[in-house]
Amino acid sequence: MSAHAGGYSADPGVRRVEWLPWLVALAAFFLLPEYLSLGARILIYILYALSLDLIVGYAGIITLGHSAYFGLGAYVAGILAARVGITDPLVQLVAAGAAGALLGISTGAIILRTRALTLLMLTLAITSVLLEIANKATNLTGGADGLSGVVIAPVLGMFRFDIFGKTAYLYCLVVLLLGWWLVRKIIYSPFGTALTGLRENSLRMHAIGAPVYWRLVLVYTISATLAGVAGGLLTQTNQFVGLNVLSFESAGELLVMLILGGVGRLYGAFIGPLVYLIAQDLLAKQFPEYWYFGIGTMLVLVVMFARGGILGIVDGILGKLRTMR
Amino acid sequence: METFLASMVSVAFHGVALGMILYVISVGLSVTMGLMGFANLAHGVFALAGGYILTTSISRFGVPFPLALALAFILVAAGSVVLERLLYSRLYNASDLEQVLFTIGLIFIAVAVARFIYGTLQQPVYLPDYLKGQFPLLGRDFPTYRVFIIVFSAVTVGLLWFGVERTHWGAMVRAAVDNRAMAQSVGINTRRLFTLTFALGSGLAGLGGALGAEIIAIQPTYPFENLVYFLVVVAVGGLGSLRGPFVAALLIGIADTSCKYWLPQYGAFPIYVATIAILLWRPAGLFGRHA
Amino acid sequence: MNATLPVLETRRLCKSFGALTVADNINFRLESGARHALIGPNGAGKTTFVNMLTGVLPPSSGQIVLGGEDVTRVAQAARVKRGLGRTFQINALFRKLPVLDNVALAVAERRGVAHRMLRSANAHSEVRDESMELLATLGLAPEASQRILDLPYGKQRLVEIAIALGLRPKVLLLDEPAAGVPSLESGRILEVLDNLPKDIAILIIEHDMDLVFRFAQRITVLVQGEVLIEGGPEEIAKDRRVHQVYLGEQHHV
Repeated sequence: MSAHAGGYSADPGVRRVEWLPWLVALAAFFLLPEYLSLGARILIYILYALSLDLIVGYAGIITLGHSAYFGLGAYVAGILAARVGITDPLVQLVAAGAAGALLGISTGAIILRTRALTLLMLTLAITSVLLEIANKATNLTGGADGLSGVVIAPVLGMFRFDIFGKTAYLYCLVVLLLGWWLVRKIIYSPFGTALTGLRENSLRMHAIGAPVYWRLVLVYTISATLAGVAGGLLTQTNQFVGLNVLSFESAGELLVMLILGGVGRLYGAFIGPLVYLIAQDLLAKQFPEYWYFGIGTMLVLVVMFARGGILGIVDGILGKLRTMR
Repeated sequence: METFLASMVSVAFHGVALGMILYVISVGLSVTMGLMGFANLAHGVFALAGGYILTTSISRFGVPFPLALALAFILVAAGSVVLERLLYSRLYNASDLEQVLFTIGLIFIAVAVARFIYGTLQQPVYLPDYLKGQFPLLGRDFPTYRVFIIVFSAVTVGLLWFGVERTHWGAMVRAAVDNRAMAQSVGINTRRLFTLTFALGSGLAGLGGALGAEIIAIQPTYPFENLVYFLVVVAVGGLGSLRGPFVAALLIGIADTSCKYWLPQYGAFPIYVATIAILLWRPAGLFGRHA
Repeated sequence: MNATLPVLETRRLCKSFGALTVADNINFRLESGARHALIGPNGAGKTTFVNMLTGVLPPSSGQIVLGGEDVTRVAQAARVKRGLGRTFQINALFRKLPVLDNVALAVAERRGVAHRMLRSANAHSEVRDESMELLATLGLAPEASQRILDLPYGKQRLVEIAIALGLRPKVLLLDEPAAGVPSLESGRILEVLDNLPKDIAILIIEHDMDLVFRFAQRITVLVQGEVLIEGGPEEIAKDRRVHQVYLGEQHHV
């Protein structure tokens, strides 16, 4: 299902076509100022999808509980801002990432001893636990009403979060850039190749002396950290955090975004959220009842007919064009 | 002390009722996983469908309760055959990820359809008069319907276990769960076996959903909200096993009811922690085979 | 009197699954630089034995000693680090990856760089160069960038051996290296086996008697989990019990 980048013969240099997403993002900033809040949301979900792709697409760990780390990051940032009075966005973001890392390593160490359905179930259980806590600890989290009153100070003391969302957009863009750079480094590194090996043939990895369990825990922790950071960004841009960050629907939606773009493809994580969130913005408001029906149908169709997602379809078309020449 | 004992009995009783429902719903999932190696996360959809069939046939069509229960079983089983033949069977050899995505897609579709037809509110359950009220048992009064649930489920479970132990079909299922390739080479028609077993498991889920409509609310988000419970029952009980999930379901039913009664501020937190602990101790579940 | 320590040894090794005994009191020695074959009819327990040696399967009782150290409780990956390599009877390769990466993964593990994240894999030229050299000795250099699933089965089998060699093992367990390879390609495998470094101790499981008698200096015959006899090729070829066990099968006289 996945074509992978990286490996010992792959050139790690950034190809020219890889500049495209950033150019598009910058162009959007200048040409579409009314859509910057949607834009920031897309950027955040790209980071979130990247983090999930690391474990689902590369390491082959199937999880429905990634929203636990996203949600934790979101709430940590929110609680720091609204309850503890720490308003510096970078501090909040680091805290969100650290929280994701801590939860990631502790839960990862436990669940990665199991496989497949058991692991999946445990990821659901962990998210359910967090959801329970968020729901009940109303003093801290605002419970079902959510946490408002999230105050964000200017970034680096200079860039205020304006009402047009300009600062928020660029802020998210910079964080995404850093996250992307990190993920890309990992994919092209020996560790990334080992992850692919783990996914392709874990039996063989054991037989060449690879410490499989610890590698999985490590990548899981990194992924949870990035998800936490993405969650923190969401709270900062919305200045609000609610229970829906931990919902099953939300976890399912992220998987949909990833599948839509193409699992195990670095840029699948870019295209998926872009297409999904724009479509959601255009269609879901008009026909909310049909939206989830459409998503469900699309998932079923993608699995049955278009397993590589959009990038897979693009690959197929490019392949046909090449053979036609 | 007297009242504490009384509460304990009451909690245990309600816990057993919940556990029975969980088992009737989840046993199909366990067998499907063990038999076809297919993780049907959308299993809750069958239970939900059974619940809607029951409530709709009673309130909209005035169908008597026993018939409505039977309809829940039959219609869901029949519907599942169609789904299995058209969709599920193409994915038996697909990767884990594809199976997960597919079944999540089904959940989304089902939830949307349920919302569209029935709205977001919980379906009210209209019990027949003879199942309402209290039932005296061993000198105490218990809710009649819960007694009914326990007895009816026990009979169903008994029939199921008898069927698996004694019938030809049961022998084939046991063989195929144990070693699919071997079973095929012995001439067992796995395709038909799968469809039949899938239908039975789904029908039971529908029955369980209908039977338990009073305990586990029938509303569109049912397949999401209860998925963890079904998976916990199967994982803790052991995939492919028949007896294991029974014990697991009872344990979870009692534990969940106890926690909600005595520690309501913690919600389901203790259950999840216990599940994690059990699975660390026995990764294949309490009665599972190989991990 | 043998003055050198065996590189791999089992002492009273037993394995039972319930009432079924698949390994019964196996005492086995593999000498340094050995060319040792393990033969026996199907179901004799050969692969079970190898799985116990590598740590995939825990024994019911007995000891496994690698390089003088007791490794009975030691995990698979740790045994690899101590110099134990194996190939699988059915290819366990990274099918969608190119041949180079298959070998490089093993080399990188051995060199301890497989966990590195900040430098690209490509930049680790020491891993790449060593992998290419290894492929060249096996005649696989032209196929380095091809994916495993695009290769003919015989070449895939060679990659299986290459990966194990990438670990620079002191002990190499080859599980039916020629199995399933069409006779046109099996010649290459025999060549490779002949040219394996002399300092590696090799235990080969095989059914192909031509290969066994050509390759092995010592042969152990395993029947129903027990060692029937162990000795040099002529001894084994003449033994009547071995003939009986293989009655109906092709054997080399």
